[in-house]
Amino acid sequence: MTLKFLFYASIAFVSTHAIAQPAKTLQQSIARGKVVYNQVCNSCHQADGGGVPNMNPPLIKSKWVAGDKKALINIVLNGFSEKVAIDGDYYSNSMPSQSQLTDLQIADVLTFVRNNFDNKASAILPQNVKMCRKKQ
Amino acid sequence: MKTIKLFAGLFLLLFCLSACAQPGSKSNVADGSNAGLILPKGFAAIKLADNVGKSRHIAITPQGDIYVKQLAANGNKGILLLREEKGTGRAPIIKSFGDYGGTGIAIKNGYLYASSDVDIFRYKLDDKGVVIDPAHPEKIVTGLLERHEHESKSIVLDDEGYIYTNIGAYSNSCQEQDRVKGSPGMQPCPILDSAGGIWRFRADVPNQTYATGTRYATGLRNVVGLHWNKSTNSLFVMMHGRDQLHDLFPQYYDEKQSAELPAETMYELHNGSNCGWPYMYYDQQKHQKMLAPEYGGDGVKQGGENAQDPIVAFPGHLAPNGLLFYTGTMFPEKYRNGAFIAFHGSWNRAPEKQKGYLVAFVPFKNGKPSGDWEIFANNFAGINDITSPRQAAHRPCGLAQGPDGALYVSDDVKGAIYKITYSAK
Ligand code: HEC
Repeated sequence: MTLKFLFYASIAFVSTHAIAQPAKTLQQSIARGKVVYNQVCNSCHQADGGGVPNMNPPLIKSKWVAGDKKALINIVLNGFSEKVAIDGDYYSNSMPSQSQLTDLQIADVLTFVRNNFDNKASAILPQNVKMCRKKQ
Repeated sequence: MKTIKLFAGLFLLLFCLSACAQPGSKSNVADGSNAGLILPKGFAAIKLADNVGKSRHIAITPQGDIYVKQLAANGNKGILLLREEKGTGRAPIIKSFGDYGGTGIAIKNGYLYASSDVDIFRYKLDDKGVVIDPAHPEKIVTGLLERHEHESKSIVLDDEGYIYTNIGAYSNSCQEQDRVKGSPGMQPCPILDSAGGIWRFRADVPNQTYATGTRYATGLRNVVGLHWNKSTNSLFVMMHGRDQLHDLFPQYYDEKQSAELPAETMYELHNGSNCGWPYMYYDQQKHQKMLAPEYGGDGVKQGGENAQDPIVAFPGHLAPNGLLFYTGTMFPEKYRNGAFIAFHGSWNRAPEKQKGYLVAFVPFKNGKPSGDWEIFANNFAGINDITSPRQAAHRPCGLAQGPDGALYVSDDVKGAIYKITYSAK
């Protein structure tokens, strides 16, 4: 009985701890990412992620933001200047490469946008960014 | 019997009143609300049309019909023809044609001229100002540079058979890598060979290219609003000043300075004019031409020794998209030969509040400004504090003058067409 209880209690302890730890790092990454966003992305994509009509696309509910990690990381590393329709509209500015940012800064800013502006997607880690840089 | 007749009459009257009060059929004539705009005393505004699609520049025929250039063609609706129904204050679409989106539109000598971001076309008009063969325009100019930044082509004609178009620089400040922090400015800037200026072509010769055109003026980053000033017989343009001084050079510019600088500038151009982009920008607070930081500037060093001075300098990033010199007689004397400017509204003031979204006026005498600029029509956005441009309900883009001297303003958010009139009372 006591053994059983101890067993379950230890499982419960380990699992809550294991979940709480990444949740905390996630929140920290989002907080750091917000600082990067304000410094680097804000003027074009705006504080509400709404972008500028016909110029810079919104990051709100964006399939690019919430979609494939590699594609998203590559937008930030390489910039983006192609005539493609984003939700049916064309945007006539160029997005500059932000490869001067560190792996951690890129991971943080993308984790921030993936958890804001009505997006919900998994965190991006510095090692994900490093992988994409290597392939360049 | 008599009462029944009376009742029937009353009933009919009520029915008619309620039917007429329905929004669909309600007359749109001036009701004092000025379609939400704030105007000087004596002026009134109505929305002749709304939601017709992102409307860039507009041109009015001598008969008072309105041609509207649409940003996107949406099939075959790149150009709309609107006709005002007398007495209702509405201008329904009576024709649409053109399989290309774009910005520029102008009427001259019996032709309608319109541009995509690459080509300029013209259509012959009949004696009522209606396009005769909408499916077969003549291509006047072809192959203009379109590099996915500042790509819109505005057009204007002079009285000597020339058409002028802006070719915007596909760059913010001619850095090796556009808008990348730390990337140096290219010396000399290679963009200026084929963009960053105004090009001139014959208005009546088909299939002209760069090879047959003239680079009329250079050192202009991006011009959207331009107009031929009849009183000086010369071309005037409004240039969009550079973006992102703080983003790219935080060591020299704080966020507040970066929101105000550099100026949006008005220039009078002649063949060979040079306005200095990308090597300099204009500081409207110091009234000086400054060396661009990509070329060694630091917010203090002056530059642009060979560049001409602007005629008027406005606060930064307001985005002048329309320019018109008023020649009508409907508006009071003060407005005659003065300049109206449609400011599309800023995005590059973040994190400060955005500004613009208005039509400004500059009085002119003898071809020179005779007073400070002022706000003429305001509140297109419909809200006071704009922190993100998409909050604006309307953004002024094009300007045109009607045959009776009324001023028309187009909006490229959803496509409202405003008509502003004056009556002394
Ligand atoms: C100079 C303006 C500018 C800056 C700064 C900028 N972007 Fe962009 N961004 C753009 C433009 C313009 C596009 C679309 C390009 C196109 O259509 O070719 C874009 C596209 C995107 C897209 C894909 C399209 C979408 O709507 O989701 C993402 C994601 C994105 N940017 C994220 C960022 C992030 C994160 C930053 C900061 C690290 C940033 N951008 C900085 C202008 C900018």
